[in-house]
Amino acid sequence: MSTHAAEKRGFGAVLWDYLTTVDHKKIAILYLIGGGFFFVLGGLEAMLIRIQLISPDNEFISAQFYNEVMTMHGTTMIFLAAMPLLFALMNAVVPLQIGARDVAFPFVNALGFWLFAFGGILLNLSWFVTGAPDAGWTAYAPLSIISPGHGVDFYAVGLQISGFGTLMAGINFIVTIINMRAPGMTYMRMPLFTWTTFVASILILFAFPALTVGLFEMTFDRLFGANFFKPEMGGNVIIWEHLFWIFGHPEVYILVLPAFGVFSEVIPTFSKKRLFGYSSMVFATVLIAFLGFMVWAHHMFTVGLGPIANSIFAVATMAIAVPTGIKIFNWLLTMWGGNIRITTPMLYALGFIPSFTIGGMTGVMLATAAADLQYHDSYFVVGHFHYVIVGGVVFGVLAGLTYWWPRMFGTMLDEKLGKWTFWLFFIGFHLTFFIQHFLGLMGMPRRYWKFLPDQGLDTGNLISTIGAFFMAAGAILFVWNIIITSVRNEKVSGDPWDARTLEWAIPNPTPEYNFKQIPLVRGLDPLWIEKMEGNGKMTPAEPLGDIHMPNSSFLPFMMSLGLFIAGIGVIFQVDNNSWWIVAIIGFAITLGTMFLRSIKDDLGYHIHKEDLEDKGAGVK
Amino acid sequence: MKGWMGRFRALFLLSGLTLLLSGCGKPYLSALQPKGEGSEMLFNLMLLSIGIMIFVFLVVMVIYIYVVLKFRQKKGQEDHIPKQTEGSHVLETIWTVIPIILLLILAVPTVQYTFALSDTKNVPEDQEDAIWIEVTGQQYWWHFDYKDLNIQTSQELYIPTDQRVYLELTSKDVIHSFWIPTISGKMDTNPIENKNEMWIHAYEEGVYWGKCAELCGPSHSLMDFKVVAVSPGEFEQWVEDMQNVNPDEEPETVVAKEGKELFQQNSCAACHAVGSSPVAVGPNLTSFGDRTTVAGIMDYNKENIVNWLMDPEKYKPGNKMSNNYPALSEEEAGKIAEYLMTLKPSEIGLDDAEDGDYIKSQKDENNNEENTQDQE
Amino acid sequence: MTHDDMLRSDNLPHEPEKATLEGKNKFLGFWFFLGGETVLFASLFGTYLALKNSFGGTEGVPTTELYGLELVFIMTVLLLTSSLTSVYAMYHMKNHDFKKMQLWLGVTVLLGLGFLGCEIYEFYHYVHEYHHTFTAHAFGSAFYTLVGFHGGHVVFGLLWITTLMIRNAKRGLNLYNAPKFYIASLYWHFIDVVWVFIFTVVYLMGKVA
Repeated sequence: MSTHAAEKRGFGAVLWDYLTTVDHKKIAILYLIGGGFFFVLGGLEAMLIRIQLISPDNEFISAQFYNEVMTMHGTTMIFLAAMPLLFALMNAVVPLQIGARDVAFPFVNALGFWLFAFGGILLNLSWFVTGAPDAGWTAYAPLSIISPGHGVDFYAVGLQISGFGTLMAGINFIVTIINMRAPGMTYMRMPLFTWTTFVASILILFAFPALTVGLFEMTFDRLFGANFFKPEMGGNVIIWEHLFWIFGHPEVYILVLPAFGVFSEVIPTFSKKRLFGYSSMVFATVLIAFLGFMVWAHHMFTVGLGPIANSIFAVATMAIAVPTGIKIFNWLLTMWGGNIRITTPMLYALGFIPSFTIGGMTGVMLATAAADLQYHDSYFVVGHFHYVIVGGVVFGVLAGLTYWWPRMFGTMLDEKLGKWTFWLFFIGFHLTFFIQHFLGLMGMPRRYWKFLPDQGLDTGNLISTIGAFFMAAGAILFVWNIIITSVRNEKVSGDPWDARTLEWAIPNPTPEYNFKQIPLVRGLDPLWIEKMEGNGKMTPAEPLGDIHMPNSSFLPFMMSLGLFIAGIGVIFQVDNNSWWIVAIIGFAITLGTMFLRSIKDDLGYHIHKEDLEDKGAGVK
Repeated sequence: MKGWMGRFRALFLLSGLTLLLSGCGKPYLSALQPKGEGSEMLFNLMLLSIGIMIFVFLVVMVIYIYVVLKFRQKKGQEDHIPKQTEGSHVLETIWTVIPIILLLILAVPTVQYTFALSDTKNVPEDQEDAIWIEVTGQQYWWHFDYKDLNIQTSQELYIPTDQRVYLELTSKDVIHSFWIPTISGKMDTNPIENKNEMWIHAYEEGVYWGKCAELCGPSHSLMDFKVVAVSPGEFEQWVEDMQNVNPDEEPETVVAKEGKELFQQNSCAACHAVGSSPVAVGPNLTSFGDRTTVAGIMDYNKENIVNWLMDPEKYKPGNKMSNNYPALSEEEAGKIAEYLMTLKPSEIGLDDAEDGDYIKSQKDENNNEENTQDQE
Repeated sequence: MTHDDMLRSDNLPHEPEKATLEGKNKFLGFWFFLGGETVLFASLFGTYLALKNSFGGTEGVPTTELYGLELVFIMTVLLLTSSLTSVYAMYHMKNHDFKKMQLWLGVTVLLGLGFLGCEIYEFYHYVHEYHHTFTAHAFGSAFYTLVGFHGGHVVFGLLWITTLMIRNAKRGLNLYNAPKFYIASLYWHFIDVVWVFIFTVVYLMGKVA
């Protein structure tokens, strides 16, 4: 096996390559395609919601269908769009940023992707079978338990499968970052994006198992006659709420911390200054993650946990505002005195700061447990978390994609279109969600299929819907930008932004082994240091030698496919016992491939020194 | 406590924030136009937090705008390399300490109000017998059981304006959340065990809109109810009237009489109680004639009642009434509607809540008389 | 390092499980995985404690009457001993004595099977003597889910160790399979630790309370 990336290959060969790849750069592209697809799908669902709420007493879609659309919008955006898109960035960038040739577990990395993909497909299969899940993305019991049809079963099993994938991706990044840093890349020299990936991965590791257990219990209740959430049988519906939010609150930070990381890369690059207060940024990240585990019950102030619990969780939640504030001011001070270039990624960063500040502030307002009795489950909350998720995460993803596009694909997204996208999206975003805070306070609870006339809610909802169309236009423009950039296919240099970190020290396109020689890191922003000293390239930390590479494998795809088939069997066995055959076939495929993986030696292969020398010497 | 929050609010009155916010929404629905003790406390807390947040936002935006304008790359300076500052301990300490102080300012009233609002054990001194009402949420309507008074109503909750009314909340099926934005914050109704308690206290007479705030099924958005707050004297009158209901009383008109028969023939009575029976399958209809809405959402008139009886599914998808009774002809539905509209056990109704006549409680008047006698 | 080096048995360093980068990664990654598993079991314990003796409107046997400590005690001894024997196996691995390692792993598997047999009998006993089933009431669901998840881990661990033993029986220890043996034994210890908690929280506390 040797590298001939530039060679023209048939579609079949490319497809097979991607189905079997264990290369983190290709897995990043797979995550991007998967996450991008679900982002568009979730966006369409959002548009249905906003069209339904354009006017009072609207009958555009039925109540049942609305609940399905609303549930799937939330579930899709969180689990199938935001997380995979962030994983795309992490996979594309983190190994390069720490000077590694690969991730710690290339095989597991591929497995993580395929589990996510098949979980997402399974979840969306529900549309075509008995209707999608309809109990909200939070799936509170007992509504989710008594929900007729198989919708919620698809929710439980689909998320379970994709959750396994997420957990594996998390462990993979933790170990990669601990064990595979280049010489000199100490913890306190790691770029902030690597740091936030690291911390977010730890959050995944400790948060997802709670969801796993919750989903198992829900599956058992719905499909196997268990009684966890059936009050008349001694069950307790509040357990689900706790398990869900023990996972669900850290999930917010799993999403937003990597976005913080993106901005902490973009802002220094385009201000031509090192990140202000690097160590306090790292400290703030860790502190946010730590506190993030102690505040889950602030989603449950109205459940009746009592004033003592509510007060404790309120104060703990407020505390998170402090490290978040530190970050905001550090970003501002990074720009202070800088030489700011307003590129598209920088525009997203500039749009992010005020937007996220508002999101953070409404977060503190929600943390005041007493006043939350008014905000809770109203459109105020909807406004708040969209300011955090869209203003933080989506802006971060769009900034990161634009910023790292040259690294991932060797081409630059069109800057002019990029700026148009930003302004459409930015204006649309504020139009859609700012007014929702007021709608909530004016008495509109969330998840409302329709609002009635003469309640003072008409204008606000109309404005919100208009804003949504702006956002949709922005999203379409972004897709268009990707298409024409790919068609033009104008290759750029390895460092088109004049950036600071290690991932830009690699030639374009990125070789499959990333670094011919592992670089020696001499400080924070290693490439910048070399640039300032007039080298312009990294010093290698090792002589040129053979490079060990992992083998491609089809097993991750098969393992995930097995679980997908098993999931379908498990869901339908309640209707007819013969579906157990399907389930058993599925489990057999998964266990069989696991067995195969265990007994078959997989030692990888080597790219020989001689082959490397043909391609010019040095790191760059 | 109330004092300094009040002063704070006065400060805001000057800035016009209160005025601005209270222009939002309808007076019977908006949390920004508080009409009760709880909602007023929460509104004050909101103003405090909004004030702090606006201050923080302004600080951020001033720095932000300055930075973006001042340090944007200028022509001919593309190669300028700025000084690479590592950080500043002084600045970082400042923006750690100031937010902590601001949050402490916010945390104190938060904790105080959190305890005050959930305090259902200590009845205020000036209030002798607390009224306890068991609130039951069901897909998609609300039931109110005035436990000590032996009164049952559905969809409309009558309360006096002179005191806190205590609620015990529960659900018969899924989780709902009981919310009257203008009077108080919300509280979940959890199924079976897990009863929650809260109190509400309306300052002004009026009809206030209540909502379900926890997703509970297709018609979650249509699970509205009303709170009718009347003066204490009127409330006493209402209680007396409701306690003296004779469910077997024959309606006066012929049509209504036929309607009553149809009501019984078509198994309506199997689910709907007339009179003070405990929670039934469907809403209690004792005071249906005094309702402000049909099914909680439609204007109250005969046409809408008939429409509802003919096809409830159309108006509240997924409700438990659809298909559980024989199909009615329009004529039959009209007769039943006619009967239902005669169910007016009390003279106290919507008008009394909205006319603004304050009638004192009988007890108070007696007390006053006693007091005057004592003085003599 | 060439492939041949990876598969040789005569060049082993003192700690063969951590001698290669792959080995180090597996070692660290598995520790983190066990961290996640800890949260998984913590959530199951939480659920169990919330639903312990919770029968709702159904008839059920409370923990004090249900559990018999004799059998559970035997199970505990079996599993604790198996943890010890897996330590012996790892001791021999570090001394590159493959045969003794296999022997002690074999003993570990047998003890694990013994534990599993007892557990199956225990469940059978509960179902037939007390009608304490998975679907009877919330307590039943929580009990079988917690203890059953642990049992499932035991089954998986036994299959895993057995597969490793058979696969490598002929070729002996090398740098490639040493980390595999090592993390399988880590997994086994973890299962054992979880059982100690089950024994305490479920059985002992169930008997006293």
